[in-house]
Amino acid sequence: MTSLALGTPAPPAFSERIWRINWGLVLVLSAIAGIGVLALYSAAGGRYDPWAARHAIRYGAALVLLLVVALVHPKIWLSLAWPIYIAAMLLLMAVDVIGKTGMGAQRWLMLGPMQIQPSEIAKVAVILVLARYYHGLTREQAGRFLFTLPPLLVILAPVGLVMVQPDLGTALMVLLGGAALLFVAGVRLWMFLAAIIGALGCLPVAWSVMHEYQRKRVLTFLDPDRDPLGAGYHITQSKIAIGSGGLFGKGFLQGTQSSLNFLPEKQTDFIFTTFVEEWGMAGACLLLALFALVLVWGFSIALRSQHHFGRLVALGVTAMMFLYVFINTAMVMGLLPVVGVPLPLVSNGGTAMVSVMFACGLLIGVNVYRDAQLPRATR
Amino acid sequence: MMRFRQTDNERSGLFTRRALLLGGAQAVLLSALAGRLYQLQVLDTQRFTSMAEDNRISMRLLAPARGLIFDRTGQPLAVNRNNYRAMVSSDRGRGAEMVLDRLDQIFNLGEGEKARLLRELRRSRNAQPSVVRENLNWEEVARLEFNAPDLPGVFIDLGQSRDYPEGELMSHIIGYTGRVADEDLNGRDDPLLQLSTVRFGKKGVERSLEDDLRGRAGAVQVEVNATGRVVRELDRTEGTPGANALLTIDFELQRYATERLKQRQIDIGSDHQSGAVVVLDVMTGDVIAMVSQPGFDPNMFARGISQTEWRDLLDNPERPLNNKAIGGAYPPGSTYKMVTALAALDSKTIDPWTVLPCNGFIELGDIKFHCWLKGGHGGLAVQGGLSNSCDCFFYEAARRTGVDKIAEMANRLGFGKLSELGLPGESPGIQPSRQWKQEKYNKRWEQGDSFNLGIGQGYMNATPLQLAVMTARIANGGYEVQPNMLLAKALPREELAPPAVRTKPNGPSLRLDPKHLAIIRQGMSDVVNSPAGTANQLRFDPATNKPLEPALQFGGKTGTAQVKRISERERAMGVTEAQLPWHLRSHALFVCFGPVDNPRYACAVIVEHGMAGGATAGPVGRDVLVETMRRDPSRHMERFKKTAS
Repeated sequence: MTSLALGTPAPPAFSERIWRINWGLVLVLSAIAGIGVLALYSAAGGRYDPWAARHAIRYGAALVLLLVVALVHPKIWLSLAWPIYIAAMLLLMAVDVIGKTGMGAQRWLMLGPMQIQPSEIAKVAVILVLARYYHGLTREQAGRFLFTLPPLLVILAPVGLVMVQPDLGTALMVLLGGAALLFVAGVRLWMFLAAIIGALGCLPVAWSVMHEYQRKRVLTFLDPDRDPLGAGYHITQSKIAIGSGGLFGKGFLQGTQSSLNFLPEKQTDFIFTTFVEEWGMAGACLLLALFALVLVWGFSIALRSQHHFGRLVALGVTAMMFLYVFINTAMVMGLLPVVGVPLPLVSNGGTAMVSVMFACGLLIGVNVYRDAQLPRATR
Repeated sequence: MMRFRQTDNERSGLFTRRALLLGGAQAVLLSALAGRLYQLQVLDTQRFTSMAEDNRISMRLLAPARGLIFDRTGQPLAVNRNNYRAMVSSDRGRGAEMVLDRLDQIFNLGEGEKARLLRELRRSRNAQPSVVRENLNWEEVARLEFNAPDLPGVFIDLGQSRDYPEGELMSHIIGYTGRVADEDLNGRDDPLLQLSTVRFGKKGVERSLEDDLRGRAGAVQVEVNATGRVVRELDRTEGTPGANALLTIDFELQRYATERLKQRQIDIGSDHQSGAVVVLDVMTGDVIAMVSQPGFDPNMFARGISQTEWRDLLDNPERPLNNKAIGGAYPPGSTYKMVTALAALDSKTIDPWTVLPCNGFIELGDIKFHCWLKGGHGGLAVQGGLSNSCDCFFYEAARRTGVDKIAEMANRLGFGKLSELGLPGESPGIQPSRQWKQEKYNKRWEQGDSFNLGIGQGYMNATPLQLAVMTARIANGGYEVQPNMLLAKALPREELAPPAVRTKPNGPSLRLDPKHLAIIRQGMSDVVNSPAGTANQLRFDPATNKPLEPALQFGGKTGTAQVKRISERERAMGVTEAQLPWHLRSHALFVCFGPVDNPRYACAVIVEHGMAGGATAGPVGRDVLVETMRRDPSRHMERFKKTAS
């Protein structure tokens, strides 16, 4: 390409790069993690063990990761996109074969003392690969059907592998996150329409391959009262906890539903409920507002990026954050079936924390290198 | 370069438009979340708050201590002892199956028991606990504690269960308790009865005084977690213990009567022991002793009776579960002759001096009604008729008086209906009448039926209690005393005190002529104390073998009730009772009262298939009555105060 030779601006100086890091966003993320520490402290009955302290330490380490990732030039990520994706796919396959079963699904892989969840890596990898792919296409190409097939494959391969585990939540997130990227990259609207219609047609098939517990969850979602002691129990108890919190909550450490164990999974997927029971609608709105701030930041970074790769990465990360927050909170409030998606930076769990902070690092990196000139990579 | 710029500008323009669209969609969805929060936390918050409280707070009833039961001297007859129970709770059966499987490994519950517990747990809201096992021993407690982490919702509860220190001796009087059955709830809305640890009186006094003994439930409000484990206590209201009861029974006399009844049957060589004794205070109606032989061990029921034990009790031909003193209905035989005599005197069909002939039998059509004395008594007036127990006298008296007058007199004396004693298992007996026969057999009353009724045979059936009541009403001068078993009930125990001694009959007058009653009593006295009396051998003191001192002298009446009619052929062959199988032999009866000139106690004895009233039942009645008069329980109340405290 000729463009590279012409007046390439010097990469920003190190001090400039530090200055360009969105410290405000970092502050918001830290506030969210702080709320996580608070909620986990309460979930453990007013103790730092076993969750709150580790959550704080983990966040500290992940913050370092975020800063390192943010300072890496996007061209490195451009070139690493495929290797990361392939590694993630291999790990996903490994999980399906030798993974550790937890909660009726194989999700974890033991790497020495580390327990990792490859599906979390896959979420980021899909964003990177799709961004890289569309970075190299013109607008007309992006609109064409044939050029849409490879990204579809990129999305559906991990979705399939995650479904096998089975992990409906992650599959849903990768699918919707990928779709969001395709949408902003310029895929024609009729293709989305066709996909939606096709998906509706496939529902009966999907129903037939679903696990019994997944079907139960869907049925329970549609009618929570059909089994108030079995599958509907979780969602009913969660609604009771949230509803009984009222406007200002029962007060810190005063949540009866969580301390008396009526809440299931109170430190992971239902951490929002634990928090909201004690802090009420005020607390819930504060937390949601903090997440909304992250999203706004994400959009503004995406819109200000001078290069398409950056735009797509930033938007992909933003979409992923949104999906995390929306699916999780809608689920605990009984608006969506229980699908097992954590609340980022609040739920207890290492891999999700690392992948979210890694993604946010990418997002901030886009801002730091917003005016970088990137070669249009060959496919 | 230009083309690239242009391309990138096109791409970025599209990107911006679509990104804003996406952002807008996200904003809408986030607002939906806020709306949902508003719905849950503002609009419906009250409903959810009360649901959360329902989850958290469990009201548990506290079983009060059941009232204790004492005899009239303060001897404990039913007490409570500590009982370590394994309990399990779970909110509407959540996770219960797993826990029950593990409990099964420890206790061998069996499928039926597991299913019952599961049903109970599923029914219970708020994790009300159910009883898994009672009376745990130390080893079982230790095993449960050791396995506690694997048994969520299982805990050990220190409760109380019933103990009957006197066991079989008091079995028919005290009865026993058991799990609350559906029919027990009938008309009772006491919440206590919903509690699985509560026991309900099933028999005896435990049943008749159930509503007094049970007490009132306390309640404790506890905070429970999701597995039903109690986290802390929020509020507690203590219940009221059940009232303690002081019975009219004299425990020592009960023991004495039981032993005498048993010994007598051993003495006559009977291979079965089955009978009843009732002792009444004729002034108050207090039941001082009530023996039904054989008894059973009520502690079997308290600790949980096994299938085989239960079958054994049911299959025993001596029917240990029946309280024969109030539930056994027997032909009264000659002990009924007082009724016939009183009816005849009262209806003026005979005078006290009317002499009726006896040639050994009376013919009615072609049927011969025999007197027990071959050759007959010649002729006797009513007093002699009683003391000689002349059957012909009473055939004729019954014929003259008629069934209506006899039945009416019998009803006044307590036959044919339930007493006011209130114990479960009481029989009204049968007092036949014209109407009764018409309804029962759709047949007319015959003259021969009157003959049979006159000597307490035929359709006539009475319980030992009714015989004792009749004797008591004759002895007390014709007052309608009712048998009762409760001397006093009180809470707390210190206030438990017997009522003042009563020397006048406690009941309305039966409006009988005192002169008639005096003649009847004199006739009964002659049975024992005149040389011609049918039970003349009973005039001796069993302790000294000398004639009884005047203060202990008594009147009585023997009765031998045929179970099987003796045919002319058998009569001719001289078949004796002892040659018959046990269950075909006549019942032996004896009723008596004493002291003879100032009656205070009445006693009725039946020895099932004891062959001869005077010979078999008589000595038991004599011994028990004399012992009663010696102890004189009605007048020795002060003794209670010493022993009770």
